[in-house]
Amino acid sequence: MRLITHNMLQCHVKGCNTNNFPLELSEIEYELQETEFNPQFLRNFVPKLEWDALVRTAMKLGITTLPDKLPDTPIQEIDEKFLKDLHRVLLETHIQQGRMTCPNCQHVYPIKDGIPNMLLNENEV
Amino acid sequence: MKLKELEGLLQDVTVFDEPKIHLEQYATTPHLASRMLFTAHSVYDDIENKIVADFGCGCGILSIASNILGSSYNIAVDIDPDALQIANDNCSKFELSVDFILTDLTSNPLAVEVANNAVYSLHKTSTREHILKKAKEWGVDCEILAELKFDIPNMYKFHKKKSVDIQVDFLRIAK
Repeated sequence: MRLITHNMLQCHVKGCNTNNFPLELSEIEYELQETEFNPQFLRNFVPKLEWDALVRTAMKLGITTLPDKLPDTPIQEIDEKFLKDLHRVLLETHIQQGRMTCPNCQHVYPIKDGIPNMLLNENEV
Repeated sequence: MKLKELEGLLQDVTVFDEPKIHLEQYATTPHLASRMLFTAHSVYDDIENKIVADFGCGCGILSIASNILGSSYNIAVDIDPDALQIANDNCSKFELSVDFILTDLTSNPLAVEVANNAVYSLHKTSTREHILKKAKEWGVDCEILAELKFDIPNMYKFHKKKSVDIQVDFLRIAK
């Protein structure tokens, strides 16, 4: 799972509706895998991102290349350097092992061999 | 990329070694998968540079085909960890990036609610009336793109015949 996907996952335990995002990463092992740089895709995707959550999550992995605040230049004019850093974080950083914990209900979603397990027990659905 | 080329590449996708009866796991063949994705790509331009989600991905053949045709971000979901493991290995083999998630789709929103643009689906032709009625309720257009013969080989003990062709509709819902 890449960080782009993590940026969309929230806790879905029954009744856990507030403060359930982002799922907090711990005991993480990750790999970098190069992939083709597609600036237009990134430009289109930036407005869909939860930026604060992404920056905080990246920091947790020791990645400090992203600015705290999104540049306030129009998206079409954002510079390549920023987009390349974002590409690295969003699309090339693959979480292989670890845990994701809901900040609200503390439910733990494990990540094994790159695949997050979002299944719940019957009493949590 | 030509259709034949895509179909050829998909021959290398590994499928279920022990399909599970209760999940009704039937692998989509490279023949069908290549034609489905090729149509979505060449007729409707729904693949290249698009975000593609695969609901009930099994061993991932449709996501792999989509990624080969140039989708920019693939996410794929299934309830079976064994299938996802195979799907993930397939992607490594093809050096493709698809993000897999183990989850139960029955407790999640419907594809028609999530998609911005279009939903593709396979349904038994015998359920066509029901699907068209549903599409009307949701206020979306549903087009039957093709009637396919989904070849189901004898793979479970309760299967008496050697293999059966099931009539299946390949459809596109446009939002």
